[in-house]
Amino acid sequence: MTSLFEEITSPAASDVPVRRVTITVNGRPRTLDVEPRLLLAHLLRQGLQLTGTHTGCDTTNCGACTVLYDGSPVKSCTMLAVQADGHDVRTVEGLGTASELDPVQEGFKQEHGLQCGFCTPGMMLASRALLDRNDDPTEDEVRFALSGNLCRCTGYQNIVKAVLWAAAKQRGRAPADAGSEAPPDIPPEAGRDAAVDATQGA
Amino acid sequence: MPPSMPRRGPEMTVTESRALDEIKIGGMGASRRRVEDNRFIRGRGHYIDDVVLPGMLHMEILRSPLAHAKITRIDTSRAYQIPGVRLVLTGDMMATRNLAWMPTLSYDTQAVLATDKVRFQGQEVACVIADDPYIAKDACEAIDVEYEPLPPIVNPDQAMAPGAPLIRDDKENQHDNVAFDWEVGDKERTDQAFASADVVSRISLHYPRSHPSPIECCGSVADFDRATGKLTVYMTTQAPHIVRAAVALIAELPEHQIRIVSPDLGGGFGNKVPVYPGYVMSILASILTERPVKWIEDRTGNLISTGFARDIYLDGELALRKDGRILGVRMHTTSDHGAFFADAQPSKFKIGLMHSAFACYDVPTAHLTARGVYTNKAPGGVAYRCSFRVTEAMFFQERMVQAAADDLGMDQAEFRRMNFVRDDDFPHRTPFGFLTDSGQYAKCLQVGLDAIGYADFRAQQAEARSRGRLLGLGISTMTEPLGAGNSREYDILGIKMFDSAELRVHMTGKAILRTGAKTQGQGHETTWGQIVAHELGIPSEDVLVEEGDTDTAPFGMGTYASRSTPVAGAAVAMVSRKVRAKARKLAAHLLEVSEEDVEWELGRFYVRSNPAQGVTIQECAMAAYSNMPDGLEPGLEANAYYDPPNLTWPFACYIATVEVDPMTGVWDVLRFVAVDDCGVRINPMVVEGQIMGGLTEAYAMASMQFITFDAEGNCVGSNFMDYLLPTAWETPGWELHEVVTPCPHHPIGAKGIGECATVGGPAAFVNAVVDALGGTGVRNIDMPLLPDRVHEALTEKHDVSGAPPVKTD
Repeated sequence: MTSLFEEITSPAASDVPVRRVTITVNGRPRTLDVEPRLLLAHLLRQGLQLTGTHTGCDTTNCGACTVLYDGSPVKSCTMLAVQADGHDVRTVEGLGTASELDPVQEGFKQEHGLQCGFCTPGMMLASRALLDRNDDPTEDEVRFALSGNLCRCTGYQNIVKAVLWAAAKQRGRAPADAGSEAPPDIPPEAGRDAAVDATQGA
Repeated sequence: MPPSMPRRGPEMTVTESRALDEIKIGGMGASRRRVEDNRFIRGRGHYIDDVVLPGMLHMEILRSPLAHAKITRIDTSRAYQIPGVRLVLTGDMMATRNLAWMPTLSYDTQAVLATDKVRFQGQEVACVIADDPYIAKDACEAIDVEYEPLPPIVNPDQAMAPGAPLIRDDKENQHDNVAFDWEVGDKERTDQAFASADVVSRISLHYPRSHPSPIECCGSVADFDRATGKLTVYMTTQAPHIVRAAVALIAELPEHQIRIVSPDLGGGFGNKVPVYPGYVMSILASILTERPVKWIEDRTGNLISTGFARDIYLDGELALRKDGRILGVRMHTTSDHGAFFADAQPSKFKIGLMHSAFACYDVPTAHLTARGVYTNKAPGGVAYRCSFRVTEAMFFQERMVQAAADDLGMDQAEFRRMNFVRDDDFPHRTPFGFLTDSGQYAKCLQVGLDAIGYADFRAQQAEARSRGRLLGLGISTMTEPLGAGNSREYDILGIKMFDSAELRVHMTGKAILRTGAKTQGQGHETTWGQIVAHELGIPSEDVLVEEGDTDTAPFGMGTYASRSTPVAGAAVAMVSRKVRAKARKLAAHLLEVSEEDVEWELGRFYVRSNPAQGVTIQECAMAAYSNMPDGLEPGLEANAYYDPPNLTWPFACYIATVEVDPMTGVWDVLRFVAVDDCGVRINPMVVEGQIMGGLTEAYAMASMQFITFDAEGNCVGSNFMDYLLPTAWETPGWELHEVVTPCPHHPIGAKGIGECATVGGPAAFVNAVVDALGGTGVRNIDMPLLPDRVHEALTEKHDVSGAPPVKTD
């Protein structure tokens, strides 16, 4: 090396082991050649440009990378892409459609269940998995179901309310019955003055 | 003008008098749902790792495994043999460009890449730029570094011991490990107060090293375009304009050719204020490779090398009269700054705003001495969800207050009430010289006591104790200075601390607002629009808010220290008023009356003598582009720079009740009551979200979250398996209450709030656990109150220190 920067010959493609996988992502089969060491989170983000899946800790603790794997929440940062071969993966991009949100997405917005938004996709997918198996959870059940997902902004209280809001909506009851929705005559976008439950003005 | 846009004459502008419902247009006081959520809930946020540029390369950093060691050799040849590696940077290569060292925010220097020796575990030693992050990581492992170990220093006692190895041997005239000595207050008068005291209460405390740990780590994408000379850096920064200034000064690039873009930030909490070596390396790498270079920090890198917080020791004394009055305060702090003094704080104050302690108490005199030392630990000293060491100040204050009340045998609430600054005593000069301006301290305390059921709890506590159950109640009351400046006293590296806003109202009455702040989850895109709605009557949904791009945003000092609403939020109000003043001229023209005859109500000007005759702000906007009077400049836009006359002083009363298991030392929070007075609330929903988030970080620090070191200088807490953060399962429920005392000098009466709970919260938990141990003689357990520490205190009946080094097995 005589200078600071020299062009390096590109590697021959045959040097790199490759495995072909087919993964159903958000309902659509995707076939890709991947290095066996590639993490699922990186395949989703860089390979498929599904950047709603975030990585926050690399050690399966924070849950920002949570996706649904055959319907169950998994941490995609510590799962290899090849392990998902032949399986079904759902990311935040597959949670709602362009025109219709999942009740969980609505609930997070209505109950201020997010601030910076970085943990939110993982939180919502873990919530979706809970509501798929239990559409009327208690607060403790929500807290337990989300205990693999870290949030540094909200203090969780509003996340719990968001999931309960979504559960009420999913059961077909107006979420207002859950005790925390805006009065119907004021569109949510326009805001409301009603105090959040936890607050009693002094 | 297009034919479809009719020129509007006065006859067309007469509208019925109407009072806009401010809540319905999403103005002040509305719990408006957040605008930014629309993209975040769809996974369409745009964070640093989502930035992808054509031809982009990837950078990974090789870090030191040792805390203190000479570097004797670095061999990068094996790394270059890995296909896909484009560049390997070492300290020597940085040094040839005068970039091996960079200035810190505290007038010290910090190594970008180590040249002579490494001074903490995790220090940057080399970096690799490659086609792919996996290749870059492989290549880092192929760099051979030889070290010659030196004795590590992991606490201030070791640092100040005679003959201690010199950590900063790079600095001329540095002969020991002392970074600074600083003092404030009146020593003589304070000595007199202590001489005349009936009782002197003493306590020694340690606020452990912590890390803000936003869920998104740091990162940057540097893109230098040699053809245009333009450097664009996408980076995780809470203060993009300060970075632009720093890059201009450090890299000697012309400032107009530097564009810093802070995309969506996955949390900040102070962690994303400093300029880290990784940013600088990515910039140089882009210049050398002429390709965009992306650096995405991993979690371990984030925890072991970027801005820590706290790590400070206190020897505190209160001079007391028998009846409970505080006569004087003496504090001595010893702070551990790691290898480089890189605190992010105003230049004048070496230990931040530590001297804001005791601001809510009527104390005649106080004296603070502070010593900062170098150790073989990561640099930083960032204001982790606090206003420059205010968290430590208020924790120390409330622990000292509890100990003093106990020493006097006084009730905790009564002792505080007796010493509070009274409501009619504002403005009040604090013992260290701050000027507080408003508050209802006793009322806040009473709201908290009523909510928790104070008398009932004390009875229940006594009854439980007789059956061997340990219940405790902890109070923490404090006012803290938020919203730096004013510019007379507050600057960072000489740049005065003000902030800015720019508002453009378009022809159809829609608007774009830009500020010099930078949201990281606080919801500026939502709340700034509400201030505009309050001032102009333009519905907040018609206001687009943009921040974080130095090419478009007005110069501002960024978001930290709870300064957004106090400073940038005030600028938003002021710029809206400038626009309103111009709109008034347009209204007078449209209404064919003189400006003096025009009155304002929300969203509308009308003729004083005939309120039914009026024009809306939207009609004024249209006129600004289609029907302006002769001599009036077209357009409807303005900018405002706001230099606050003072800090804002929110007040908080936090009360925790806990039960300690005497068998295990495990403690559970029974209830937590928070009473916050942050003045006028722009968006109550967002304010409550900030409080609950802050309380959770307070609980984290009190219960589990800390970074410590073993005797070798190994960082214990280098990943989320060791550095524990509370989940939804452990986190208690929060009961929120409010008192409103408007800030007298802020244009909309608001005070800072984002950090109150993190600042005041920890002492409530610790006070509660220590209260539960009443009768054992235990005065202090250092945070975090891990079960083994509490158990040791209970069984051994002595205080428990948490200072490093810790034993690791």
